[in-house]
Amino acid sequence: MSDRLDVRKTYKLLVNGAFPRSESGRSYEVTSASGEFLANVAQGSRKDLRDAVVAARTAQSKWWGQSAYNRGQVIYRLAEMAESRRDELAEHVALAEGLKPKPAQQSVARAIDRMVWYAGWTDKIAQILGSSNPVAGPFFNFSVPVPSGVVAVLCVQDSSLEGFVDAVLAPICVGNAVVAVASELRPTPAVLLGEMTATADFPGGVLNIVTGFTGELAPVLAAHEDVDGIDLAGVDEPFGDELALLAAGSIKRVLRPSERTNPLRRLRAFVETSTVWHTIGQ
Amino acid sequence: MSEDVTSPLGSMVYDPAPESASVAHLRPSYGLFIDGEFTDPDSHTSFETVNPATEEPLARVAQASSEDVDRAVASARHAYEKVWSKTSGAERAKYLFRIARLIQERARELAVVETLDNGKAIRESRDIDIPLAAAHFFYYAGWADKLNYAGFGANPQPLGVAGQIIPWNFPLLMAAWKLAPALAAGNTCVLKPAETTPLTALVLAEILQQAELPPGVVNIVTGDGTVGAALVEHPDVNKIAFTGSTEVGRLIQQRVAGSHKHLTLELGGKGANIVFEDAPVDEMIEGIIDGIFFNQGHVCCAGSRLLVQETIADEVLRRLVRRVDQLRVGDPMDKNTDVGAINSAAQLARIEELTQYGESEGATRYTSSCVLPDKGYWFAPTIFADVSQSHRIAREEIFGPVLSVLTFRTPEEAVAKANNSNYGLACGVWSEKGSRTLWVAERLRAGVIWANTYNRFDPTSPFGGVRESGFGREGGRHGLEAYLDV
Repeated sequence: MSDRLDVRKTYKLLVNGAFPRSESGRSYEVTSASGEFLANVAQGSRKDLRDAVVAARTAQSKWWGQSAYNRGQVIYRLAEMAESRRDELAEHVALAEGLKPKPAQQSVARAIDRMVWYAGWTDKIAQILGSSNPVAGPFFNFSVPVPSGVVAVLCVQDSSLEGFVDAVLAPICVGNAVVAVASELRPTPAVLLGEMTATADFPGGVLNIVTGFTGELAPVLAAHEDVDGIDLAGVDEPFGDELALLAAGSIKRVLRPSERTNPLRRLRAFVETSTVWHTIGQ
Repeated sequence: MSEDVTSPLGSMVYDPAPESASVAHLRPSYGLFIDGEFTDPDSHTSFETVNPATEEPLARVAQASSEDVDRAVASARHAYEKVWSKTSGAERAKYLFRIARLIQERARELAVVETLDNGKAIRESRDIDIPLAAAHFFYYAGWADKLNYAGFGANPQPLGVAGQIIPWNFPLLMAAWKLAPALAAGNTCVLKPAETTPLTALVLAEILQQAELPPGVVNIVTGDGTVGAALVEHPDVNKIAFTGSTEVGRLIQQRVAGSHKHLTLELGGKGANIVFEDAPVDEMIEGIIDGIFFNQGHVCCAGSRLLVQETIADEVLRRLVRRVDQLRVGDPMDKNTDVGAINSAAQLARIEELTQYGESEGATRYTSSCVLPDKGYWFAPTIFADVSQSHRIAREEIFGPVLSVLTFRTPEEAVAKANNSNYGLACGVWSEKGSRTLWVAERLRAGVIWANTYNRFDPTSPFGGVRESGFGREGGRHGLEAYLDV
């Protein structure tokens, strides 16, 4: 090895397609699974979340306005980006989750295949959840699935990449924009993937990632009036119940950890049904 | 009707804007694509494929023998048993995504090859055929690992080896329509491209190699109708998918009758394009023109019968005649060309024969005043007015740039005339009144109905006919059914 000093990276938030530090100026220390210093990561604030929700709200209509085919291409492009940086991702997954290199690589491979899986859903979900309804009258009546809007995702704490991919891409692929709170102790793989969205043609604001303390950030999102749904993936029961209560204030759609095992349930969680009646007659 | 039909646009002169033929990178000769490799071209008898716009030869292509078909089917069977049926849906998906991406990457080359071999305008091959072919692979890639969600029950199984016979009007696109759902569902394939347009399928074979698709999963055998017949009769083929004429489709159905082979047929059409007096006029005129002159009218779902409400018939005809004169007919490689060459001498003869009947049976003919090139196969865009339902040009598929105009008074009459056909592939309805459009659509016997548009295609949308236009659907969730044992 030479005596060259390595250049270390600052891990920042992803808000509206940009990578700011927290407006609060705070950061916190993230260690590897074995307890060694890994990085100083931005400690997001209430204001960061509010900015992220504003960005998500604006981005959502643009994202939903693109064709389903186009959204599939964008998510597939993310898989391409992740594939070309899979070693880096695996290194971080290994450090964050305390895995040996091989299982870490396998986890990354599964995460990438999962992205491909979601890429294929964008233009099929309407064919699974939609219907034409034979009403008893001279009407053409059909139902289409439409996204809920802005979805807050409290990511799972243990599965730093696979869990993150499942939690954020399910609502995104059906047309929502997401504000994600990454795993508190293991945020770096999610931050890396967030960086990759910038080269995958994701419109800014479709995926926002705020790192920090879940206990501090989650209630802000659960209570936020302009958030339409919340995935409680990464929080335990008693806290989850508190958040569900806050979410009720603006009639949010709530996905609880126990409901997340069925993949189609995750896709349906933040989808509304819109039904059109059209007269038939000469 | 005697109104002057010249327009300022008609006299506008465009500089030539030719696409470069050198992008095609054609080889002098092509073997068959069997078991992941091209066979030695010299080991086969061969035939020339020509550029229909110039009659110049493009390449020599192998004529597959029945032994070659045997080898292709054996390779597909082996790949099915040993490899593809054991490949997970997620892995099959990634192969299909690769193919989609490679088509996108080689899109310009494919568009040029398609236009050289088929005669269609480069604008259409570039903007429609090739992007849609990529989109079909992209769409069905996403199904490969989601078959359990497709509504056919748990764990639906593939059929096995599929023999697929495709026409010359959209060569690569038809290959994509056939291969993508078959592979997604887990079948292996033997594809038989049309005799006059084999080249893009052979470029696709190179793409399959680049995608490292396992050998034998797709085999491509070129040649004349005897190759398709050998495939249809082959005892080890589980499924036949055919797109082409009703005449040949009927023959194929007879051949496979009692053989337990699965069959889907996408056959001819005589599409009625129904125009009500309240239709949005400018869009409607463009839609009628596009409905019949798109791809030189070599379209099974072409809107070849215009049914126009009597109250606006004179006005519509006047505008159509003026518009048809403005179509730019000629060099398909020119980016400004609207209407390219007729695909073959045989097809040209068929169009000429039927249009002669149009005149002799009493219809009124309007032909574009465009100047046709000296060499190649050409037919000037033509409109027949005063057509009655008994005329041959109102009953038979011309498969060329020829529109027959009929009139109607009431919606009931429009529906009755539209349905007065053995075919039932596609119809158009033009009206600002949505309730009436839906009323008409409910009563039309057609697999596809376009409202205030025409000739729209999308991988998510099922396409196919009723009655003698065939059965089975391509595209969408429904398109998977053709390749699943459900």
